Amino acid sequence: MSVTSEQTRPIISPQQTLSDVTDQLASIPLHFPTRRRWLIALALSSLLLLLFFVAATVLFTRGVGVWGLDIPVNWAFAIHNYVWWLGIGHAGTLISALLLLMGREWRNSLNRFAETMTLFAVVCAAVYPVLHLGRPWYIYWMFPYPATMKVWPQFRSPLEWDVWAVTTYLTVSILFWYIGLVPDLAAARDRAHRRGWQVFFGVFSLGWRGSALHWLRWQQAYRLLAALAVPLVVSVHSEVSLLFASGQIPGWHSTIFPPYFVMGAAFSGFAVVAMIAIAIRALFRLQNLVTDDHLDVLGKVLLATGLMTAYGYVFEIFDALYGGHPHEIQTVEDRLFGIYAWSYWGAVFFNFVVLQGLWWRSVRRTPWALFLIGLSVAVGMWLERYMILVTSLYRDFLVSSWGHYTPSFWDWAQYLGTIGLFMVPFLLVIRVFPVISIFETKELLEEEEEEQAGLRHA
Amino acid sequence: MPDSEHYGMLAEFKEPERLVEAARRARAEGYRDIDAFTPFPVEGLGEILQFRDRRVLWLGLIGGFTGFFTALAMQMFTNFDFPINAGGRPLYPLSAFAVVAFELTVLFSAAFTAIGMLALNGLPRLRYPVFGAPRFHLASKDRFFLCIKAGDPRFDPSATRTFLERLGAETVELVPA
Repeated sequence: MSVTSEQTRPIISPQQTLSDVTDQLASIPLHFPTRRRWLIALALSSLLLLLFFVAATVLFTRGVGVWGLDIPVNWAFAIHNYVWWLGIGHAGTLISALLLLMGREWRNSLNRFAETMTLFAVVCAAVYPVLHLGRPWYIYWMFPYPATMKVWPQFRSPLEWDVWAVTTYLTVSILFWYIGLVPDLAAARDRAHRRGWQVFFGVFSLGWRGSALHWLRWQQAYRLLAALAVPLVVSVHSEVSLLFASGQIPGWHSTIFPPYFVMGAAFSGFAVVAMIAIAIRALFRLQNLVTDDHLDVLGKVLLATGLMTAYGYVFEIFDALYGGHPHEIQTVEDRLFGIYAWSYWGAVFFNFVVLQGLWWRSVRRTPWALFLIGLSVAVGMWLERYMILVTSLYRDFLVSSWGHYTPSFWDWAQYLGTIGLFMVPFLLVIRVFPVISIFETKELLEEEEEEQAGLRHA
Repeated sequence: MPDSEHYGMLAEFKEPERLVEAARRARAEGYRDIDAFTPFPVEGLGEILQFRDRRVLWLGLIGGFTGFFTALAMQMFTNFDFPINAGGRPLYPLSAFAVVAFELTVLFSAAFTAIGMLALNGLPRLRYPVFGAPRFHLASKDRFFLCIKAGDPRFDPSATRTFLERLGAETVELVPA
C-alpha cells in the first residue's frame, strides 16, 4: 500500500551513523566551516542593527513625532511590525512543541533553529511597544509595583494583557529552547578541545551527563513544556488580536479575529522557517539532515496554513456583508477599492496567488522556489497587517476625523533596523550553538534503524 | 558489600538494545543501584530501572495553580486598591482577568517544571565521578553505558566486572569516587 510506504520511508538517510551526525553537527560551532559567508552576513546585519540604534536614538531625542503616525492612524508601524514579528515567532514554537506532541519526528531537524528564530522574533516584536511609549523609561509603570503615587496598572485593558502575554511567551520560549539545548551543549563540550570552548560549553551544559534517570525527568519536563507552549501560542496571538477586536473600530470588531490572527501568524512563521531552513542547509551543507523531504513537508504546511488564512479573508468580507452595518461595509469597500487598496490586493497576491505554486511537488522540493514563495508570504503578511491597521483607522465613523497615513523615513529606518536586531543575535547563536538538535537527530536515526530492522524481519 | 572508595562499574555497549538487555539482566541478577548514560533517551530503561518519579509533573501542576491564583489575586487587588469606574463596567470582571490568569498559569507552570527538573536531577553539577572515565565522552556520541554503582549491596569489584563482561560489554571500567 502506498500510504504505508510513505510513512516508513525515512526522512533522513539511515546510512549515516550516530557518530557521523554528532561530529558533523558539533563541529559547526567548534570548527566553523563557512567563516567568510557568515562574516559577510554578520557585517550586513550589523549595519542594519546600527540603523536600528540610530533610528531609536532619533526617536528618543525627538519624540514619536518623527514617525508618520498621527490621528486618526495613531498606531501605524509600531503595532503593525509588532504583530508581524510576533506572528513569525509563533511558527518556531508550533514546529517544536506541537509536532513533538504529535510524534512527528521530522521536526527534529528543524526545531532548534526554528526556536532560535522565535526568541529573536519575539525580541523584535517586544521592542516596538516600548519604542512607541514615547517615554520608554517609564516602561516599569506597566508592572504592578507599590508606587508612591498609589496607582496600579489597569488590568481590564488589553494593552496591559499584552505586557503579560509577551513577557510570558518570551520566558517560556527561552526555557523550552534552553532545556532542549542542554544535552547538545554537553555533546559539544565532550567534542571540544580548546580550553575556551570546554569552559563555555561546560558551564552552559550544567554538567549534563546523559544519565538515564535524568533523561526520564528531562522527557517529562520537555513534554510538559511543549504541552504548555502550544496553548500559549494560541493565547498570545489571540490576545494580540484582542488589542484590535476589543475596540469598536469597523473592520476590527469581529469574533473571527483571534483564529484569523493565529492562522496568519503560523502562516507567516512557517514561511520564514522555510526560508531559514533553506539558507542554513545551504550555508552549512546540511542537505543530509535537512532533506528535500523536509522542504516538501514544510511546503505542504505552508500551503495548508495559507489556505486557512485565506478563509479568514473570505469570512471577514462575509461578516461585514452579513452584519449589514454601514460602517463595516464602508470599511470593506475602502479595503477593496480605497486609496490603500494596493495593500489589500498586494496581500492577496503575495499571500495566496504566489502560494498556489506549492501544489506542485517539484516546486516544494526546489529550494530557491520554496525560498521565494516564503519571502513572498512574509511580504504578503506584512502588507496584510498594514491593511488591517490603516484601512480601518483612516476612515472610521465620523467624516470629520478621516485622515491619511504615510510612513516616514524614520518609520522605515526603525523597521529595517529590527531586521538587523533579528539577524545579528541569530547569526551569533548559530555560530556558537549546535544549529540542529544533535541528540534528537540521533534519536530519529535510531528509530529509523529499528523500523528498517523491523521491516526486514517482517 | 557497599564500597565508598569507588563510584561504580561502568560498562560500554555499542547498541541501545544491548544496553537495555544488559540493564534487564543486571536487575534480574539482583543489582538495584543502577544507572545508564546514553546520548539520547533510550526507550525501555524507565521500566527496567523502575522509575516512578512523577514529581516533575506534580511541580508543573502546582506551578500552574500558583500562577493562576497569583494572577487573580494580583488583578483583583489592584482594582480594589485603585478602583476606576470605566463606563460603569464591573471592577472584578473575570472575562477581563482571564488572559493574564492564563499567561501566569503557563509561566509559573513552565518555570516550576524546568527549574524543578534541574533541581531534582541535581544539576548544575559540573564535577561528577563518571566524567573522569577515559571513554565517557562517547556517552554523548554513540556509545551506551551501564553503571552498577558501588553503593549497591551486591557490588563487588571483581564479580561485578566479570558479570558485565559476560553481558557483552565493549569495555568495563572501575570508576573511582
